[in-house]
Amino acid sequence: MEVTKIENVTRVYKIGEVETRALRGVSLSIQSGEFTALVGPSGSGKTTLLQLIGCLDQPTSGHVYINGKDVSHLNRNQRADMRRGTIGFIFQFFALIPTLTAYENVELPLLLIGQSASERQARVTELLEAVDLADRAHHRPDQLSGGEQQRVAIARALATKPTLILADEPTANLDTPNGRQVMEIMTRLNQETGVTFIFATHDPRVIHYARRQITLRDGLVLENGMVEKVAQGV
Amino acid sequence: MLNIIKMAFRDLGRNRRRSFFSALALGLGLSLLLLMAGVIQWEIRDSTDKTVRLQSGHLQVRAKTYNEDKTSLAWSDLIENPDAVAAQIATLAPVAVATPRLYASGIVVSGDASLGVRIIGIEPASAANAPFRDGIVSGQFISADDTSGLLIGKTLADKLGLGSGDTITLLVNTSNGSVEQQIFTIRGIYSTDTPSYDESTVFLPMAKAQAFSQAGNHASAIFILLKDRSQTDAVAAALQSNQYQVLTFDQMNPLIVTLDTYANSFMIVLYLIVLAITATVIVNTLVMSVFERTREIGILAAVGMKSSSIMAMFFVESVFLAVGGILLGLAVGAPLVSWVGSVGIPIGNMGITGLLFGDRIHAILTLNDSITLSLLALFVSLLAALYPAILAARMEPVEALHGAQ
Repeated sequence: MEVTKIENVTRVYKIGEVETRALRGVSLSIQSGEFTALVGPSGSGKTTLLQLIGCLDQPTSGHVYINGKDVSHLNRNQRADMRRGTIGFIFQFFALIPTLTAYENVELPLLLIGQSASERQARVTELLEAVDLADRAHHRPDQLSGGEQQRVAIARALATKPTLILADEPTANLDTPNGRQVMEIMTRLNQETGVTFIFATHDPRVIHYARRQITLRDGLVLENGMVEKVAQGV
Repeated sequence: MLNIIKMAFRDLGRNRRRSFFSALALGLGLSLLLLMAGVIQWEIRDSTDKTVRLQSGHLQVRAKTYNEDKTSLAWSDLIENPDAVAAQIATLAPVAVATPRLYASGIVVSGDASLGVRIIGIEPASAANAPFRDGIVSGQFISADDTSGLLIGKTLADKLGLGSGDTITLLVNTSNGSVEQQIFTIRGIYSTDTPSYDESTVFLPMAKAQAFSQAGNHASAIFILLKDRSQTDAVAAALQSNQYQVLTFDQMNPLIVTLDTYANSFMIVLYLIVLAITATVIVNTLVMSVFERTREIGILAAVGMKSSSIMAMFFVESVFLAVGGILLGLAVGAPLVSWVGSVGIPIGNMGITGLLFGDRIHAILTLNDSITLSLLALFVSLLAALYPAILAARMEPVEALHGAQ
């Protein structure tokens, strides 16, 4: 089943008189359960593409489909509705709410979809155990290490059982052991839950975790295929 | 909603000092308003009460042709056989007391000093004279059959260096236009804590005043106090006749009525000025908070929080600030008003024609003012949160997230 489909998408940013073409006609399709890496140097369009798939932004032209629905021209609240419960996000800067505990951060998306207290408690506990942070549940972000914060962010991204999780440079601010642990957790959760992961990275240490690799350069898809084939230049 | 409240509360705790000072600004503004409202409220109430008790009563019955400004003593302008008229008025159920009074203008001479005064002839036994009887600070109250004694105010006594038992010469304009004079002994000195009144009013027993001013068995007015002020119009209607004019408190004291009317409008303008100043502090706090939390706003939007919920979060923060400020304001303002209410602030002799002010400013805290001003502060705080809340809600998630990186 197709989780997302991108059709000839362009995204042009205007800053004053200057136009920047972040994406120049990208088309691709991601199937359910895939674990896909968006690869490319800085400025290649990885983050822009993730933002469009994540309904955080709208394309200048072309179409973005999520679970078969065209989300290209949704208004602000419709996009919020689409994100809530359908898409989970993991950002490179951990992106936790500093005033909430780990438990409350994970609970936040569940509150937004109106789950009952008992359902929320069961789900948050399950997720914090899954990312091995059950004993840190009531710590605030500033009491957690970078790796722990990113694991909380993973748990939060999974909270509403979304069909798609988007991770933008999830290991960029982590040392090698923490980066490896985060990627291993993401891989395991992808295999256990079947949730689709798309992550952007330019870190060569983590690319091999992906089963599929899409390489972007200058706003265009350069390569798109299974990691082994890409590596072999097929 | 619970989480929005929790986040809003904790956000304020991030920069406790800033939040505290924002709430304090509102609190000080509110306490200042409580004091101003308390002072105005007290002054109007006190001035009205003093004017009723000392000067005009709730009602006065006068002869049709009586002109107060001329203090006329012509018999045709006076009420004949006033005791009988007063007794008849006193039979009305809402009337607490009705007593004749004779007003004349005169001059007090003591040594080389002289001062213009208003001479009031009173029935000493009347309950209407309680403020002067109870206000005796030296000597004793005058009696009805006293033909050579009078009562003067403390301010006048102090000004002329007089004490009870001293003598003064009193000159009066009589009903036939001539001037009479007589030496009187000061039987007592009274104080109503109203310097402008105490300086310019001397009392004679009614019989002596009538004889001295050649008014015969006449009085300028029947001074009426009611059991309940709200009965004024009803009693005035009942007393209407072809022979007399009946004047209500409002008709006799237009300045107080005007002051009472405009004080409320004036206070509302003052409230808005003070609250607008404090609101800018809240706007500033919340706008700074929005810019500091740009990334978080992006995160909240990314996880699916709607713009309305983001707005609500800032409104809740404003409510917390407002509630904190209001509690601080009440904590500071109530004791302040209470202190000014009991001790008072000396203002000296502030005589304004038509208004009777005491020698100290006091204040009174009413539940109505406290509730009204607290709600106004809350409303203004919510209004102040509107701009920062809209600013936060309108942030595009991408820009918010990107701006923070």
